[in-house]
Amino acid sequence: MAVLLAVLPAAAVALVLALLYRPLGEYMARVFTSPRDLAVERGFYRLIGVDPASGQSWQAYLRGVLAFSAVGLLFLYLLQRLQAFLPLSLGLPPVPEGLAFSTAASFVTNTNWQSYSPEATVGHLVQFGGLAVQNFVSAAAGLAVAVALVRGLARRRSGTIGNFWVDLTRGTLRILLPISLVAAVVLIAGGVVQNLGGPTEVRTLAGATQTIPGGTAASQEAVKLLGTNGGGYFNANSAHPFENPSPWTNLFEIVLMLAIPFSLPRTFGRMVGDHRQGYAVLAAMAAIFVVSLTALTALELNGAGAAPEAAGAALEGKEQRFGVIASALFGSASTLTSTGAVNSMFDSYTALGGMVPMVNMMLGEVAPGGVGSGLYGMLVLALLAVFVGGLLVGRTPEYLGKRIGPREIKLASLYILVSPTLVLAGTALSFAVPAVRAGVEATSILNPGLHGLSEVLYAFTSASNNNGSAFAGLTADTPWFNTALGIAMLLGRFVPIVFVLALAGALAAQDKAPATGGTLPTHRPQFVGLLIGVTVVVTALTYFPVLALGPLAEGL
Amino acid sequence: MGSTRVLIRHHGTALRAFLVLTVVLGLVYPLAVTGVGRVLMPERADGSPVRAQDGTVVGSSLIGQSFTGADGAPLPEWFQSRPSAAGDGHDAGASGGSNLGPENPDLVDTVEERRAAVAEFEGVDPGSVPADALTASGSGLDPHISPAYALLQAPRVAEARGVPAADVQDLVRRSIEPRDLGFLGEERVNVLKLNLAVDGWGAEGR
Repeated sequence: MAVLLAVLPAAAVALVLALLYRPLGEYMARVFTSPRDLAVERGFYRLIGVDPASGQSWQAYLRGVLAFSAVGLLFLYLLQRLQAFLPLSLGLPPVPEGLAFSTAASFVTNTNWQSYSPEATVGHLVQFGGLAVQNFVSAAAGLAVAVALVRGLARRRSGTIGNFWVDLTRGTLRILLPISLVAAVVLIAGGVVQNLGGPTEVRTLAGATQTIPGGTAASQEAVKLLGTNGGGYFNANSAHPFENPSPWTNLFEIVLMLAIPFSLPRTFGRMVGDHRQGYAVLAAMAAIFVVSLTALTALELNGAGAAPEAAGAALEGKEQRFGVIASALFGSASTLTSTGAVNSMFDSYTALGGMVPMVNMMLGEVAPGGVGSGLYGMLVLALLAVFVGGLLVGRTPEYLGKRIGPREIKLASLYILVSPTLVLAGTALSFAVPAVRAGVEATSILNPGLHGLSEVLYAFTSASNNNGSAFAGLTADTPWFNTALGIAMLLGRFVPIVFVLALAGALAAQDKAPATGGTLPTHRPQFVGLLIGVTVVVTALTYFPVLALGPLAEGL
Repeated sequence: MGSTRVLIRHHGTALRAFLVLTVVLGLVYPLAVTGVGRVLMPERADGSPVRAQDGTVVGSSLIGQSFTGADGAPLPEWFQSRPSAAGDGHDAGASGGSNLGPENPDLVDTVEERRAAVAEFEGVDPGSVPADALTASGSGLDPHISPAYALLQAPRVAEARGVPAADVQDLVRRSIEPRDLGFLGEERVNVLKLNLAVDGWGAEGR
C-alpha cells in the first residue's frame, strides 16, 4: 500500500507526459519550422523592424539574445527601484540596489532565486509587469537557443541558424501564452488567488487578527511552472496554500513543469528527421529522473537524522496535504528542471535527501532540464558521449552526420566547465576570503556545522545552474550574496549560451556525412547508456569532494 | 551602465520588442486572467473566504490560523493547528518554514518540547503525538492537520465545551478529507472548517 501510494502519483505524471509527448512535441516543431506568420506577428515584426524571413548567423542570433536580455535586466532593475512612485505597489518602498540587481539578474536568467520575501518587498506592479514578463521571455529565449542548436544539427552547409526575434515571438505567443492562459484558469479553480486587492485584515475565530494577502498569483504561477522559472509569488513559494492549494493542483503544477522539457525531444526528432534520436534523448532524461525521484522519495520516507527521528517523520517544512511523497515528487521535478519552485523546504530535508536536489542541479539540469536549456544541455552531453564513444571503440565521432571535430569538442567542453567553475569558486570564496567568511558565518548561515556549508554550496549550485531553489535558511540578502549570486546567475546563463550558439553555427556550416559502418549509432540503448554514463561521471568527478564535505559527511 | 546604454542605442529592436511584449504579457495577460477569475470564480480568485454564522469573514479556508490566547497559549475549546514558523505563528504576511536542518540541536529540542507540551495539554502519552503536531509546515500557513492529530484533540475539545466526546469524534471523522482521486497527497482535516463546525457547541453551558 505504502509503495503503491509512492508509485501511483509518479505513474500518473508519466502517463500525462506520455500522452503529451507527440502532440506537444509535434506542435512545437511546427511552431519553429512553419514559414507562415500570424497577422499579429507580422504587425509586431514591422513594429520592431525585423524581417521574419531572413535568417541570422550565429553571431547575429547571439547579439539578439544578449541585447534583449540586457534590456530586460535594466528595465526590471529600474521598475523595482521606482516602484514607490508607481501605482499598485501596495505602499512598498523601492527595492534596495543590491537586492534589485540580484532579483533582476535572477528573473532574466530564468533562475528566479529570491533573496527576499515577496510579500514584504514587491508590489503587484513589479510582480505582474516585471517578474511575470521575464517568466515568459526568459523561457522563450531558452527555447529559442535550443531550437537554434537543433537547426545547426539539421541543416547542411548553412550560414544561418534561424531568426532570434521570430523564435522568441513564436515561442511566447504560440506556446507559452496560450498554455499559461488555460493553466491559470485551472489554478484559480483549484483556489489559487487572482485579484488586484491589497492585503485584507480579518478577525480570526479565536479573536486575533490575520492579514490575508491578495495578488495575481494564478497568472504568475502558471507561467512560473510552465517556463521552468520557479520564483514564488509568496515567500513560501508553492508550499503556500494560495499558490498550491491541494494535492491535485500539486500534480497539475508538476505536469506544467515537465510538459515542455519532456516533449522537446520529440520536437528535436522531428526537426532532424529521425524520431529515434528523440526517443534516445528522452530515454536518457527519463532514466535519470526515475532514479533520482526514487532516491529522494525513499530517503525522505526513511526519515533519518536527529530531528526527523525525534518527530517520527521528516515532516518539518512539509505541508500536511502533500506529505512526504507529493513533496518529494514536486522537489524532484523542480530541481531536475531549472524551475526551483518548492512545495516543501529543502533545508529541513534529511541530510542525504537534501543532497538529491543538489545533485539534480549539478547534473546540469538535463533530465529533462529547463525549457530549452535542458535540451541544449543534453545535446552538448550527447556530443561528448559520441566523442568518448569514438575514443573507446576507435570510431569516427559523428552525431547525426556531423563530424565532432576539435572546434565542436572545445565548445562542448567549455560549456561543461562553466557551471562547476562558478559553483566551486563561489563556494570557496565564501569561506576563503576572511572578511566575506565572517559575514557569511555571522549573518547568512542559519544551521550550525556541516549543514551551513551545504547552505552555501546549495546557493551557488542553484544560481550557477539557473535553478533558483534554496536551502532557504541562508540569509542571502547581503552585499556578498546579492553580488556573487547575481554574477553567477548571469555567467551561468549567458556564457553557456555563447558556446551553444557557436556550436550551432559550426554544425550548421558542415555538410552531412553519410552514415557508414564506422558510425556509432546514436539511437540504440547502448548510446543511451553511454549518454547517461557521461552525464553522471562528469558530475561525480567534479563535485564528489565538496559533497563529501557537506551533505555526505552530515548524512553518513 | 555605460555599455547598457550603448546596447540600447544599437539595439532599438530589442527595446521595442521588450516594450510590446511587456504590454501583452505584463498587462493584458494578467488582467485577462483576473477578469476571467472575477466573472467565473470570484470567491476562489479572492482567496476562498470563510464566514462565521453571522456572515462576517473570519479567514480563508486555505490559510491556517492560530487558536491561541493573547499570551500564545492554546485555547482548549478549539482544535489546534500545526506549529507555524510564519512570523509569530500563521502570519499570512510572512509565509515560510523554519528551515532548521535535520541535525540542528535547536530543532531537536523544539520537537521534544512540543511533544511534552502537546501530551500534557491533551492528557495523552507523549509517544502518541503524531509528527505533524511536532513540526512546522513549509508555508507556516498549513490549514490542515492529520486525522490522527484531530482525533487526539477531540476529547479535550469536548471536555472544554461540555459536550459528549463521541459527538466531537463523530464530527472529526466526518471532516476527514480523503486523498485527492484516492491516491494524491495525504488524508487531512481542515482546522478552521472543523472549528467553525464546533463554534457555538456547548455555548449554553458557558
